[in-house]
Amino acid sequence: MTIAIIEPKPTPFVAGVTAIAGAFAGLLVGTAQGSSLIGLVAGAVIAAAMAYVFLDYFRQERTARWATVIVFTIAAFLLGGPAGAIVGVLFGLFFGWFIFWLGEGRHRAKLPPYTTGLQVFYHYGFRVICGLVFFFLITPIIVVMPLSFNAENFFTFTPEMLALDPEGYSLKHYRDFFTNDDWQQALWNSVSIAPLATLLAVSFGTLAAIGLSSEHVPFRRPIMAILISPMIVPLIISAAGMYFFYSRLGLQGTYWGVVLAHAALGIPFVIITVTATLVGFDRSLTRAAANLGANPVTTFRRVQMPLILPGVISGGLFAFITSFDEVVVVLFVGSAGQKTLPWQMFTGLREQISPTILAVATILVTISILLLTTVELLRRRSERLRGMTPG
Amino acid sequence: MKLATTLMASTALTVAAGAAAAESHGDMADSMTLVSWGGAYQNSQQKAYVEPYLEMNPDVSATWDESSNEAVAKLRAMDEAGNITWDVVDVVASDAIRLCDEGLAMEIDHDELLKPAPDGTEASDDFGDLIVSDCFIPQIVYSTTFGYRTDMVPEGTEAPDDICDVWDTETYPGKRSLEKRPINNMEWALLCDGVEKENVYDVLATEEGQDRALAKLDEIKDDVIWWSAGADTPQLLADGEIFMGSTYNGRLFSVIEEQDQPVGMMWDAQVFDLDGWIIPEGLPDDRLARAKDFVRFATDTQRLADQAAYISYGPARESSAPLVGKHAELGIDMAPHMPTAPDNAGNVFVYNYEFWADYRDDIDAKFQAWLAQ
Repeated sequence: MTIAIIEPKPTPFVAGVTAIAGAFAGLLVGTAQGSSLIGLVAGAVIAAAMAYVFLDYFRQERTARWATVIVFTIAAFLLGGPAGAIVGVLFGLFFGWFIFWLGEGRHRAKLPPYTTGLQVFYHYGFRVICGLVFFFLITPIIVVMPLSFNAENFFTFTPEMLALDPEGYSLKHYRDFFTNDDWQQALWNSVSIAPLATLLAVSFGTLAAIGLSSEHVPFRRPIMAILISPMIVPLIISAAGMYFFYSRLGLQGTYWGVVLAHAALGIPFVIITVTATLVGFDRSLTRAAANLGANPVTTFRRVQMPLILPGVISGGLFAFITSFDEVVVVLFVGSAGQKTLPWQMFTGLREQISPTILAVATILVTISILLLTTVELLRRRSERLRGMTPG
Repeated sequence: MKLATTLMASTALTVAAGAAAAESHGDMADSMTLVSWGGAYQNSQQKAYVEPYLEMNPDVSATWDESSNEAVAKLRAMDEAGNITWDVVDVVASDAIRLCDEGLAMEIDHDELLKPAPDGTEASDDFGDLIVSDCFIPQIVYSTTFGYRTDMVPEGTEAPDDICDVWDTETYPGKRSLEKRPINNMEWALLCDGVEKENVYDVLATEEGQDRALAKLDEIKDDVIWWSAGADTPQLLADGEIFMGSTYNGRLFSVIEEQDQPVGMMWDAQVFDLDGWIIPEGLPDDRLARAKDFVRFATDTQRLADQAAYISYGPARESSAPLVGKHAELGIDMAPHMPTAPDNAGNVFVYNYEFWADYRDDIDAKFQAWLAQ
């Protein structure tokens, strides 16, 4: 049985912490309105004042929280229109909850009763920092998505978009992507290069990983280091090297040149994931298979391959995404006939800032998320099959 | 085994097909790679001369490579690797001069390669002074000038029409965008610091003159957003992030007329520059023949005038000017939107190739050091 110490906290403490959160929220709002400093100060003052009022004069949680949401929404609507109102609702919900959560001491409810104030601070400070990291990693990707539905030809949130007016949104950039020959050619190039590069990377990478994990292969570590090097050497250096090497071989500017270059980039991913699965592979199984009369090829096909398959597939997916997202090497090794999607986006961004790029980015992000989800599901399945709990 | 057979068979087929194709076209290659800038400009080339050319030669295919920005570096690398993959390259005049000096672009005889004007004037006379290098085949005259947000002009004041309004942050508050290089900015700064137009390059050739220009730029440094791609200023103007900014006049035309943004042109002290084709040195005979044939077609009087129906850049041939008509989609007269139109060309600078060829490295270094301060 745990004893939870839930006792109200002193108002100045709550007001101080709320003021910090308020300052951050105010900074965001102030920057959007044109003055970060005023926003910062106003946010802190308003949040602290709210904490005093709610905890010392008006300690009726339900009413206070509803009032906060309503007032925040109206204020935000006046400042930023319908889109602002959504932010207002979120901020209102947060601050109404936050003041009472802290004020009533509910934040200690799930922590052991002996934790000191500093430990509580570390506990939540760690979570706040993690949250901020996620926020800064993900926001740029999220922002791109509504912009790709822009009715204008610029990377701008127009007043119509902020007013959530359907007129301000359009699918025309998606239509452009699916009807424009340049983009379709680029899509077709990407789609025809990536699978073949993946196939090569998976075949060679898996064989290399199996070879490198058997004990009697000499110089295993140096060979491994060389095979992994495309992942470690700066891409621009590999690309320049490949350019001159492939030019001499007559591969520069050809489809096969790009496929080979992308396969070389994908092999390290396959080696790493397959080696990792091989660590958990029980060698006595191959000996047992041999004992039962299977030749090495059958053993590989019927015993080893099914067990390491999840590693092979996730390595393959990484190799696929590498080829699909890669711009530096293809700029060197490819010629205009092998223009892939990332290449088209790169030149498009420089020469003509068109939201079609954002539409393509949104599509690519969606594909990447689907692929990574597949990897994760496969990983869990394999652990379940091997009797480990999915982590 | 089966795979090997298939591969061999397909290789044999390709060779046979290639041989057949080469035979049927005499000594001209049937595919070419054209290099340009992308965007609306490349589109105007595609519409005005590539599509008609491909229609006349249905067996030929053309591939675009949007690499003009790094054409010099890439041609150097191709030369080093002994593998030239480009056939015709669109570059600005200063790059053409560099490529010509380095022997990476082919020297040509303009009168022999290019068609005469319809009235029989030789090509070299028709292009006149615009042939700034033996390797350079001029296409268009473009200008770098300022655009401003018409809705951000303070009430009761006139719209800016003087280059020095860029420095007048009291009358016209708001950010400005300038290109992140000394060219043009230094000239404008001196002009607004009281230097006479004809003396600008003499002053800029001296240490004191360069410091003077930077000191003038210093006055607005805090209000400047620096751009490096032609698309930046239009985006910033559309966003309302800046009040005014410099960019290529064709970009501003597109923002105003095609995208319908509240933007105006300030033609004062616009800087003329040239853009044109070069043919890389060292092409095999069949590809060279194709490249020459294409360039001859693409730079005739009618084709250059046609291009002006898609973008507001002036044709480089004198004989094309009277043929400039209406915009292909909007149907507006293009002549008044040309940088060379008399109303726009009241006060004009011409990019001084010799000066910048001599002083670019020094002034660049100074400018970058000043930027970093």
